[in-house]
Amino acid sequence: MPLIRPFGLPEFWIIVMAAKWTVALSAIAFAGGGLGGLLIALGRVSDSKWLRGLATGFIRLFQGTPLLMQLFLVFFGMNILGLAINPWIAAAVALTLHASAFLGEIWRGCIEAVPSGQREAATALGLRYVNRMRYVVLPQASRIAVAPTVGFLVQLIKGTSLAAIIGFTELTRQGQIINNATFSPFMVFGTVAAVYFVLCWPLSVLARRMEFRFSRATER
Amino acid sequence: MTGIAAADITGSSDLAVQMEGVNKWYGAFHALKNIELSVRRGERIVICGPSGSGKSTLIRCINQLETIRDGRIVVDGHDLTAGGKNVDLVRQETGMVFQQFNLFPHMTVLENCTLAPMKVRGIARVEAEKTARAFLERVRIPEQAEKYPAQLSGGQQQRVAIARALCMNPKIMLFDEPTSALDPEMVKEVLDTMIDLAKEGMTMLCVTHEMGFARQVADRVIFMDRGEILEMDTPDAFFGNPKNERLKTFLGQIS
Repeated sequence: MPLIRPFGLPEFWIIVMAAKWTVALSAIAFAGGGLGGLLIALGRVSDSKWLRGLATGFIRLFQGTPLLMQLFLVFFGMNILGLAINPWIAAAVALTLHASAFLGEIWRGCIEAVPSGQREAATALGLRYVNRMRYVVLPQASRIAVAPTVGFLVQLIKGTSLAAIIGFTELTRQGQIINNATFSPFMVFGTVAAVYFVLCWPLSVLARRMEFRFSRATER
Repeated sequence: MTGIAAADITGSSDLAVQMEGVNKWYGAFHALKNIELSVRRGERIVICGPSGSGKSTLIRCINQLETIRDGRIVVDGHDLTAGGKNVDLVRQETGMVFQQFNLFPHMTVLENCTLAPMKVRGIARVEAEKTARAFLERVRIPEQAEKYPAQLSGGQQQRVAIARALCMNPKIMLFDEPTSALDPEMVKEVLDTMIDLAKEGMTMLCVTHEMGFARQVADRVIFMDRGEILEMDTPDAFFGNPKNERLKTFLGQIS
């Protein structure tokens, strides 16, 4: 058996199949980031100065540092806290925090885009905070939010590639492994890039279409 | 503002709204200056004045859409200065109609009308819808129940807004320039609805420049300027024999 194996169909499929870990990590980060982002967004528009400050600080921190550093800090931070090093958990936690910050800021804008008269009308009807948000503000904000949220999802999927550096075997890391065996970097990373493109491009198209539909729907 | 007077108004008096020494500031801007106002149950008050005079701010203080710096507001026996639960109670008993309608665009007319009764009062959907349809009938748009606000004309939207407020069975109705955003041909249909409401004995506070409406339904007309109540009188005296100079100028400008 030669030391360097050729890049063939089996290698191609190994890379393609690794996409499922990219998808899984993206899904976890997106779900966690969705929940965290909602809390951050609500904190940002809260009446409480403390909550606003806390949410703003969180956003500044995660928007002002590279995702790679966030991954490193969570990864090595877990070690310092005495937890076993686990790339899965580290990547999921770091990406969830990252997504929470970005989605929080995106959704804050969407909440604030709902005219203040809507909140006032709900308040005047006697609806309290939770019902006001749940039935009046958030349904309207979510319509505005769909396009930028899908747009961010694309960024998030591409961002998961950085998890390769802390040893999480997803699409990019699998590419590196195959490349180490085949030494055909152009073929390998061309394949990796193509898989990312197949994942992201339809979402980009979807986001653009939603944006278009929304801009038409708001023309009155 | 003695203790005795304060005790009087929290009891079961015939006062719907009592404002005592109310002051409101927006930063350095003194928006309401020492407002003293008592509104009896069933009374119809029209408030007018130039823009920026504080008239909208005044009625928005009654359901605490605006908070005040000092003074006291008692609505239907609930002291708003006590905060918390009283504010919730007052908002449930006070209906408000806005200049820009503020209907919920993602809900049908019927859903707009049933949301608060269901979520605030805990009324079952079937009953809430029955009530809503009855009020839509009263504002003469029963056939629009399944439509969305954007499909209605301005006048129809404002009548839905009135019906929506009435579905909470309020004791007091606040109108904040309800016809100012309407095309001229739609003003009448909204005013007619308000006149009907006044005839039924609803306590009403209306900020409006519709002086014909003021003459027809108001028990008292109030003139405000620069955050102060400058004149408060019956429509006859208010329009027939205005005493305040600024009011005379104002009436000259709008008629």
